Amino acid sequence: MNIEVDVGKRLGGFDLQARFTGHDGITALFGPSGSGKTSIINMIAGLLRPDSGRIVVGERVLFDAAGGIDVPARGRRVGYVFQDARLFPHLSVHQNLAYGWRRTPETERFIGFDLVVDLLALAPLLERRPGKLSGGEKQRVALGRALLASPRVLLMDEPLASLDLERKVEILPYIERLRDQFRLPIIYVSHAIEEVVRLAGTLVLLSKGRVAATGSVEELMGRLDLSPIAGRHETGAVVAARVGRQLEDHALTELEFDGGTLLVPRVDLPAGHSLRVQIRARDVAVATRRPEAISMRNILAGRIEAINLRGPDAVGTGAHAELRIMIGRTALIARITRQTIDELSLSPGMEVYALIKSIAMDRQSLGLPAGPHEFAE
Amino acid sequence: MGYDEVQALKLSLKVALWAVAIGLPLALAVATLLARCDFPGKIIIDALLHMPLVVPPVVTGYLLLLWLGRNGVIGAWLDDTFGIVFAFRWTGAVIAAAVMSFPLMVRPIRLAIEAIDPRLEEAARTLGASPLSIYATITVPLALPGLIVAAILGFAKSLGEFGATITFVGNIPDETRTLANAIYTFMQTVDGDAAAMRLVLVAIAISFAALIAVELLARRAQARTHGL
Repeated sequence: MNIEVDVGKRLGGFDLQARFTGHDGITALFGPSGSGKTSIINMIAGLLRPDSGRIVVGERVLFDAAGGIDVPARGRRVGYVFQDARLFPHLSVHQNLAYGWRRTPETERFIGFDLVVDLLALAPLLERRPGKLSGGEKQRVALGRALLASPRVLLMDEPLASLDLERKVEILPYIERLRDQFRLPIIYVSHAIEEVVRLAGTLVLLSKGRVAATGSVEELMGRLDLSPIAGRHETGAVVAARVGRQLEDHALTELEFDGGTLLVPRVDLPAGHSLRVQIRARDVAVATRRPEAISMRNILAGRIEAINLRGPDAVGTGAHAELRIMIGRTALIARITRQTIDELSLSPGMEVYALIKSIAMDRQSLGLPAGPHEFAE
Repeated sequence: MGYDEVQALKLSLKVALWAVAIGLPLALAVATLLARCDFPGKIIIDALLHMPLVVPPVVTGYLLLLWLGRNGVIGAWLDDTFGIVFAFRWTGAVIAAAVMSFPLMVRPIRLAIEAIDPRLEEAARTLGASPLSIYATITVPLALPGLIVAAILGFAKSLGEFGATITFVGNIPDETRTLANAIYTFMQTVDGDAAAMRLVLVAIAISFAALIAVELLARRAQARTHGL
């Protein structure tokens, strides 16, 4: 099922205009705080009324300003997982889970109570009250509650933002399960790029109330012009790869991508398993000749496609510039000093070597793409 | 305790229970209106509501007699149409107690409703709940601590109501001679001091117990609405 969103809304002095399409799987709304992410999903949920535009899920029009259609929130069949979970404090976990389920006509239900309890490992929590749950447990219950209302689209508003790293790691596999087991468009609001890299198929980049770009995560993260929007610390190409050989002796794994091989710290996944790696621009160095006797394990031959002398700063007065280097058909972004560019006379079309430390590609920068797969946690 | 004293106590308990039973649902409705709706004249309604707290109770009783008495506008109509009479009946004492305790019941419920996170109700909307269903399953249960406080405060206030009651329904043995009326009567009677003192102690004990109960029950309900 698809979700088409095309909405306009004035909020005080802030003007929001957003248009994008989400498909089965996860569409990430990514942008700095204040870029309008939460307002957009509130409009999809029917909690905020757009001034103009249309919202369509599958064949069903939820909102159409021109046609005078505005389905109330309770009739939209939109599952909403809030950042702060918003469990009903006076009800047990079981009653919370059943809240939307009971209100869903039997013919509309596509998911069973027990299945959700199994999927999210909620059985031990059922009799407890929300006040006695950890942050991660609360979010799992919130996920289950939204899912049990058999939604046509699932909205997630930074569901991991209020959790510490340990809890995030605990929740991520559950979100991946949802994504992979149900044919359901999921709109996932986030400002954490590692979540986007790990979870999302499609990326909608938002900036100041506008959609700056939409496309696949790999495509957008490899673009030089979007780096100021994605955030200077987050800049870095996302490479789709497949697990290759395991180098057991040295606890390393080879990842094959369209253009070469990456050597990363061991990944406990079977050969052939696909996954994503984000290679941060600040972790990529450039050489004009193949270096020898060097500790960096990843030396990839490629060609400079474009240079952005302004680097990550919108104004362009900083020390750094960014290069887009094609390794075969895969783009990498490298952030190096402008001085280097002058000294090495780097220019588009030049053959260069991109150097990446294996250690730079840690667990956090490894994402797992959409598609059925096993977990090897 | 003598027969008269026991009768007065039983009557007071009956009147107070009925006053709470009738007043509490109304207080919930009014509290919801005041907490959740904005309308012109809200401040006037709010002020009128608190009037029984600030005007002398005898004024409230007098007005009740004026309107609900047998010759009053509403009272005459009720008598003619339904044969219902409040003046000088225990039911009139219930009305007087309910009116006098009403502002005390509205206040805690209103505060409790205002303290509810509206985002919980938003969440319920996304789960397919209708406004009425949200009110019944989220709003009212979360306002429970306020309802408990309201019920007990209303009960205690009704039990001790004197001025409005004696003005509206008089002081008729077995009909309208409530605890407070009885104490007043015994004080006027030769040798009535001991009986008056016994009832005074009973009144103090009940009021004190009610206040302790408010605190304990409200604490428990509070924990519950915080998900513990």
